[in-house]
Amino acid sequence: MFNYTFQWKQAFARLPQMLDGAAVTMQIAILSMVLGILLAITLTMFRLSGSRILSAIARTWVEVARNTPALFQIYMMHFGLGSFGLHLSPFLSILLGITFNNAGYLAENFRGALKAIPETQTRAARSLGFGAAGAFGYVVLPQMLRIAFLPMTNQMVWAILMTSLGVTVGMNADLYGVVQDLNALTFRTFELFALAAVIFYLITKIITIGARLIAARLFRY
Amino acid sequence: MIEIEHVRKSFGQLEVLKGIDLTVEKGEVVTIIGGSGSGKSTLLTCINGLEPIDSGRILIDGTEVHAKSTDLNKLRRKVGIVFQQWNAFPHLTVLDNVTLAPRKVLGMSRAEAEEIAERQLTHVGLGDKLKTFPGRLSGGQQQRMAIARALAMSPEYMLFDEVTSALDPQLVGEVLDTLKMLAQEGMTMICVTHEMSFARDVSNRVAFFHQGVMAEIGSPEQIFGDPQNPETRKFLSSTRQ
Repeated sequence: MFNYTFQWKQAFARLPQMLDGAAVTMQIAILSMVLGILLAITLTMFRLSGSRILSAIARTWVEVARNTPALFQIYMMHFGLGSFGLHLSPFLSILLGITFNNAGYLAENFRGALKAIPETQTRAARSLGFGAAGAFGYVVLPQMLRIAFLPMTNQMVWAILMTSLGVTVGMNADLYGVVQDLNALTFRTFELFALAAVIFYLITKIITIGARLIAARLFRY
Repeated sequence: MIEIEHVRKSFGQLEVLKGIDLTVEKGEVVTIIGGSGSGKSTLLTCINGLEPIDSGRILIDGTEVHAKSTDLNKLRRKVGIVFQQWNAFPHLTVLDNVTLAPRKVLGMSRAEAEEIAERQLTHVGLGDKLKTFPGRLSGGQQQRMAIARALAMSPEYMLFDEVTSALDPQLVGEVLDTLKMLAQEGMTMICVTHEMSFARDVSNRVAFFHQGVMAEIGSPEQIFGDPQNPETRKFLSSTRQ
């Protein structure tokens, strides 16, 4: 019943290619987080703006991002926009798909974090002569990012894992895409994917530990 | 000079200021006493434009606070306010709490702002806490930091809104001493307070607020020694116990 012969050597021989793929995965994840955070801050401000239209845009974004499969969101970037004649490369499709997802989740985290910051902080800043933007940027935002830091770390991990969905839109330069191609070539399915999983695990572990170190350095208060 | 003319202000159905008139001259210290809900604190937040008013007007050196054309951010540099809840910025050190507005609002260099901040913090007795985060300070220390933070903007007027009310009794003295020091230095101040002996010691005039009306105003000797309004008498006898 169990007569599979493991051939780890073959898998390990492909490690350099896989690590190249891992670098692309990191690149996508980091870019999608940076863009996602900026968009999430924008969406949060949309919600606070008091404008019905802006607030509705933000709410819709958050609802779709959080309540539909990430795969759907990535598909829409590639095939959905493609139907309208806007053809994004696989790299851009996966990047923007994950960014969309990140922004939705993070906007909701930011909104929760904002609730934890007393209104009096803004008041104190305004009374010192800050305008609304200055009060938000110098006083509220830094505190918000601290409260939302752990959820942000989680989202970063999730972003890394979501890159694996890139294969569905033809992405083959990232870790999962590389492994997929190698599998088609060698049929060492178990070994290759197990090795890929270990690399994924190590990357996310390094990120969570790194985040903890950054937090300790950044948030001494 | 701060001129308050016929100021009315409601929160929904509740009218909290029912036509207040008060003029505070440069260099004067006016304390406002009165029961809770008498409108004292609301008046302070109206003076620096944190709250809109329904009618009347407030002039600061001739500038109408609630006029549409008034740049409130600019006006607030002139009028410092310290609240009951000191509102320290928890993510910044004591020094950075004080330098933030001079740097980002007034555009001072870091060195310049730090020099001023260090002077102000030393002035209020926190010269050894510059690198500390507010979370590690006592309430009294945080409140003194908030005073230094307001003073670093070199305001011409200071408003104090029950700055000792949220403090443990043994910390009240250090904050009141700071206020006394400011008063002696000639700062123009309006203080809302529940500390009667403080009001008696530092004020040029004491105003008694009752249910949104300034029921009585006069010298501390007159208000505490010979109150004319029956409500003032009632209030003072209740606070003496």
